[in-house]
Amino acid sequence: MRKVARLSRFNVASLALGLAFLYLPILILVIYSFNASRLVTVWGGWSLRWYHEFFNDRAMIEAAWMSLRVAVSSATIATLLGTLAAVALSRGERFRGRTLFSGMLYAPLVMPEVITGLSLLLLFVALNAERGFWTVTIAHTTLTMCFVAVVVQSRLGSLDRSLEEAAMDLGCDPVRAFVAVTLPLIAPAIVAGWMLAFTLSLDDLVIASFTTGPGSATLPIRIYSEVRLGVKPEINAICTLVIALIAVVIVIASLASKLSSSQGKSAAPL
Amino acid sequence: MSARRIFARPARFAAIAPYVWMVLFFLVPFAFVLKISLSQTAIAQPPYEPVFDLTAGWDALKSAFAALSVDNFRLIGSDDIYVFAYVRSLTVAVTATALLLLIGYPIAYGMARLPKNWQAVAMVLVIVPFWTSFLIRIYAWINILQHDGLLNQILLALHLVSQPVVWLSTDSAMYIGIVYSYLPFMILPLYATLAKMEPVLEEAASDLGAPPGAVFWLVTFPLSLPGVGAGVLLCFIPIVGEFVIPDLLAGSNSLMIGQTLWLEFFTNKDWPVASAAAIVLLVVLLLPLLLYERLQKRQLEQGR
Repeated sequence: MRKVARLSRFNVASLALGLAFLYLPILILVIYSFNASRLVTVWGGWSLRWYHEFFNDRAMIEAAWMSLRVAVSSATIATLLGTLAAVALSRGERFRGRTLFSGMLYAPLVMPEVITGLSLLLLFVALNAERGFWTVTIAHTTLTMCFVAVVVQSRLGSLDRSLEEAAMDLGCDPVRAFVAVTLPLIAPAIVAGWMLAFTLSLDDLVIASFTTGPGSATLPIRIYSEVRLGVKPEINAICTLVIALIAVVIVIASLASKLSSSQGKSAAPL
Repeated sequence: MSARRIFARPARFAAIAPYVWMVLFFLVPFAFVLKISLSQTAIAQPPYEPVFDLTAGWDALKSAFAALSVDNFRLIGSDDIYVFAYVRSLTVAVTATALLLLIGYPIAYGMARLPKNWQAVAMVLVIVPFWTSFLIRIYAWINILQHDGLLNQILLALHLVSQPVVWLSTDSAMYIGIVYSYLPFMILPLYATLAKMEPVLEEAASDLGAPPGAVFWLVTFPLSLPGVGAGVLLCFIPIVGEFVIPDLLAGSNSLMIGQTLWLEFFTNKDWPVASAAAIVLLVVLLLPLLLYERLQKRQLEQGR
C-alpha cells in the first residue's frame, strides 16, 4: 500500500480556518485602505485618497524616512557582527568567556523588549548621548545581530566542513578559504539574516520608544500614537505600503537564496 | 596539524567585535538597571543617590555601596499595583498559551498530514504573516473589532446580536490579538516535530484496534511533546512582558507588568522603581528562559 498522508475532513477544516484567520484581517486592512469614505467601516468606492493624504503628511513621511534609515543601517551592522559571531561560535576553538558570549547572544532573543529598551536608555543617559538616529540604530543592532547570528550559525552547522579543509589542503590560508569557499555557501543565510534584521527594525515600537529622543520618531512610534486616538483611513494606507515593502523584500530574499543555491549545486561536483 | 585546527584560530578573532559590542550594549546597560534599581526612589532626573565615583577613592566607594537600598523592591513587593500586575501578566500568559496550543495544534497537525510538496507551501503561508509588522496586525484587528467594525456588522446582519457588542478594551480583544500575533510561533515547532513522526506508528496503533481518540492521545500527542514544549516556551516568555497588545486592545483597569513598567517610566518618571520592576520581571522569567536556552542549544547541536 502506498503511504499517502491521510487528510481527514477535520485536518482540512482546521487548515482552512487557520489560514483564513491569519490572512483575512490583513486582507481587510488592505482593501479598506482603498476606501473612498472617511468612515473606515462604510464602503464608498475605490480611491487612492488616503495614499495621497499620506504623501502630503510631512511628519509621517519624516518618520518613515527615519525608520528606513535606521532599518538599513542597523541591519547592515547587525549582519556584519552577527555573521562574525556565528563564525566564532561554530568554527572557533574554545575561548575564554565563550559561555558568556553565547549567553549574551541568546538572551535578547527572548528577553522582554521593555527591559532591553529600558537598559539601553539608562546607558545612553549615563553617557549623556544625544538621543535620535544613532541611539535607535545601536539599540536595533544589538537586538537584531542575535537573530542574524542564529540564522547564520544554523547554516554553518549544516555545511560540509570537508570543503573548507580541501581548500586549505590545496594551499589556501584560512582567511582565503573562508572567503572563497565558506562565504559563498553561507551567503543565502547572510541575506536572509539581513532581511530579518531589516524587518525587525522596521517593526519595532518598544525599544525605539525608549531609545529615541524628542523630534525623531520612527514610523511605528507615529503609527502607535495615531492608533491610540482611533482608526484613521490614512493609517490603513501606510500599513498597506509597509506590507508591500516587506513583500518585495521577501521576494528578493527568496530569489537570492534560490539563485545562490542553484549556483551551489553546480559548484558542488567540482 | 589538521586543517580544522588551523581554521579555528582566526575564527576566534571573529569573536572580538561582536563580543565587545554585546558587553558594551547588553551587559553594561544591565549593570545600570541593577544599580539604579537599588538607588533611592526619586522622582527626578539622574544622577541618582548614591553616585559611584571611581576617582573619589576606596572609602567613598564603600560608603556608596552601603547607601544602596532595596527600598524599591520592598515597594514593589508591598504595593498592590505591582503584585496585581505580575499576577495578571502570568494569568494572561498562561491562558493565552493554552489557547494558542488548542488552536495551533490542529493546524500544525493538518500541515503535517499534507502531501510533501504542499507542506512547504503551507509553511511559507504560516511564516509570511510573521514578517508583516506586529503593530500593523494589531491595527488590523482594531479595524475589525471597533464599535461599527466588520465583526459587529456581520453579527448584526446575521441577527446573532441585537446591538453592537463592545469588543475593544476588553480581555477578549486582547486574547484575540495575542493568539493572532503569536500563532506562527506555536505552529512552527509543533509542525516540525509532527512532520518528523513516522505515520507507521499511528497506523500500527489503529491496526491493533485502537480507536482514533486513543491513537491520538497514546501515540501522536506524547511523541509531539518536544514540539509542544518549544511552542509553549516560545509563546509564554514574550507574552508575560507584552506591552503593545494589552495597551491597544485591553481595557486600562488592570495592567500587565510591561504596561506598569512603561507607565512608571514614561508617565511617573520614576526610573528607580521601573528598573526594580524590570529586575523582578526578569527573575520571574528566569526559569522559562533557562529552559528555553537549553532547548535551543540542543536543537542547534542536533542540526549540526
